[in-house]
Amino acid sequence: MQTILSIGADAFAYGMVLFVISIGLSVTMGLMKVVNLAHGAFAMIGGYVASYVTQQMGLHFAVGTLAAVVFCVILAFPMERLLYRRIYGAPDLVQVLMTIGITFIVIGIANWLMGPTLKTITLPQSLQGPVDIGFRSIAAHKVFAAVVGLLTALGLWYLVERTAFGIKLRASVDDVAMAGSLGIRTSWVYSVSFAIAIGLAALGGVVGAQLLPIEPYYALHYMVTFLVVVSVGGAGSIPGALAACLILGAVKTTGAYLWPEYGNFFFYLAVIAIVSVFPNGLMGRER
Amino acid sequence: MSIWRRGLGVDVLATIAILLIAVICFYTMPSNLSLLTRIIAMMLLVLSIDLVTGYAGVATLGHAALFGAGAYGAGIAAARFGVTDPVAMLAIGVVCGAVAGGLSSLVILRGRHLGQLVLSIAVIMLAREAANKFAVWTGGSDGLSGIAPSPLFGLWRFDLWGKTSFWLAVVLLIVTFLILRQIVRSPFGMLCRAIRQDETRVRSMGGPVYLTLVKMYVISGAVAGLGGALSAVSTKVVGLDSLAFETSAEAVVMLVLGGTANLFGAMIGTAVFMWFEHEVSSINPFHWLMIVGVLLVTVVLFAPRGLTGAISSLWARFARGGSQ
Repeated sequence: MQTILSIGADAFAYGMVLFVISIGLSVTMGLMKVVNLAHGAFAMIGGYVASYVTQQMGLHFAVGTLAAVVFCVILAFPMERLLYRRIYGAPDLVQVLMTIGITFIVIGIANWLMGPTLKTITLPQSLQGPVDIGFRSIAAHKVFAAVVGLLTALGLWYLVERTAFGIKLRASVDDVAMAGSLGIRTSWVYSVSFAIAIGLAALGGVVGAQLLPIEPYYALHYMVTFLVVVSVGGAGSIPGALAACLILGAVKTTGAYLWPEYGNFFFYLAVIAIVSVFPNGLMGRER
Repeated sequence: MSIWRRGLGVDVLATIAILLIAVICFYTMPSNLSLLTRIIAMMLLVLSIDLVTGYAGVATLGHAALFGAGAYGAGIAAARFGVTDPVAMLAIGVVCGAVAGGLSSLVILRGRHLGQLVLSIAVIMLAREAANKFAVWTGGSDGLSGIAPSPLFGLWRFDLWGKTSFWLAVVLLIVTFLILRQIVRSPFGMLCRAIRQDETRVRSMGGPVYLTLVKMYVISGAVAGLGGALSAVSTKVVGLDSLAFETSAEAVVMLVLGGTANLFGAMIGTAVFMWFEHEVSSINPFHWLMIVGVLLVTVVLFAPRGLTGAISSLWARFARGGSQ
């Protein structure tokens, strides 16, 4: 029982970190129909900015997180305008190649500027120690990650389902031409939602840095994981992404606890099983 | 005249061109023959990806699994069962690749669009884990060594300079190229192109979509397996990198660089990419990564049909300008 609860707690924390990073990708892929493999690269940039702000400049973790998100959001606008806008509606393979290309460039630049070593982000006192959650104690930053994940899910759901911007976004996704003729500035809606997605990536990169450490190949290592999460959950679906993160987090953590040798086997077998049964993901829409 | 119209002229010209390039390379850079052999093995992998992705429209990022199946099949046959005849090793590689192609198609064709890409990634990851864990057979992360192919036809030894491997590779490339040219122009090849362009229409005309794609995957697997077996025979070692996601992704990059749905594109893209990599990566691997990145973005933005596409549109413009 103790083991099950331990695994459950760790799986939940891991799943929520995955969720914070991948939900942004789910937005780009589900709503904007772009397979953005460079998503992890933006999470990595966020991690680097936060690391620089907290380590080199000695500022507080909150400032670092904010700086990371703001930096990536500012970066997202020209990227969307110059690069991503050209591959809207292109075949999957073209989008994959272009975004892998962007990832490679970011890795090269990151290594050039920051060096090949692991970077850490200084946590505030309150997030460093363990926290007692009844049956065992768990690292405070994991609890923090889980809380941020839940808040992100709620906030995003509210934004998409309950605000005027959400309505415009859903209208643009369903029918760009019709939305445009109703007076919605679709290109602006796309820019903003892309920036939101990238901001979420940066947030996830910072919050998850303790579990997924920041280094130049971060973007490549976890690229597959994020892509898998989104396709298992169904692109564009917030509850789907949440379910996928919790399931895959559980599979991965359970595998790592019980059969550390074969952890990845179970992970990818689970992926194949789920995608075979649900070709559009757990809660994805028919394309 | 009709025989030329069916493209046999191009076949003959291409064969002569490949032979000519091979002879020139053989005499001008005798110390780089092993690199050239590696390029040809990679060309076979890229050609096989062209079959499923370029012609049949199945997006995959896990095709190195078939290459690796051929390499490990030939390698294990040689190192563990004492099958050292190079021709037999190549044949085993082809069979292993074809079987792996058939099996993986059953998984990959379950998905659509994004799901398909993810399934193909899952396949290569599983294959790699399997090869890593069954170290008794595959040598695990140390790689499979102890492959000692006997002389080719009992006549030519696999020498230190790789002359035998090089000529073996050239002959295999030409034979494969000629067979593939026939396949892609056959009614079967046309059906594959039709499926890529409009699957629903093919289905409503009564075309066997699923079966055709599985067949194409088996053929593609055989070609990839041949490439893997060739690399096992020529390098005498099989490493886990032959089953890597990175290898698959790089091979797709080469294909797009050269131009999809075009056998020449697959070969030219591979040669350009690998030669470039050889020159630049010796300076700094991170610079290399950045250059690949810039190359990819540039190709997608400015030459979506790849090098061959850019050349042929330039040619068309030139020809039009000349006739006016």
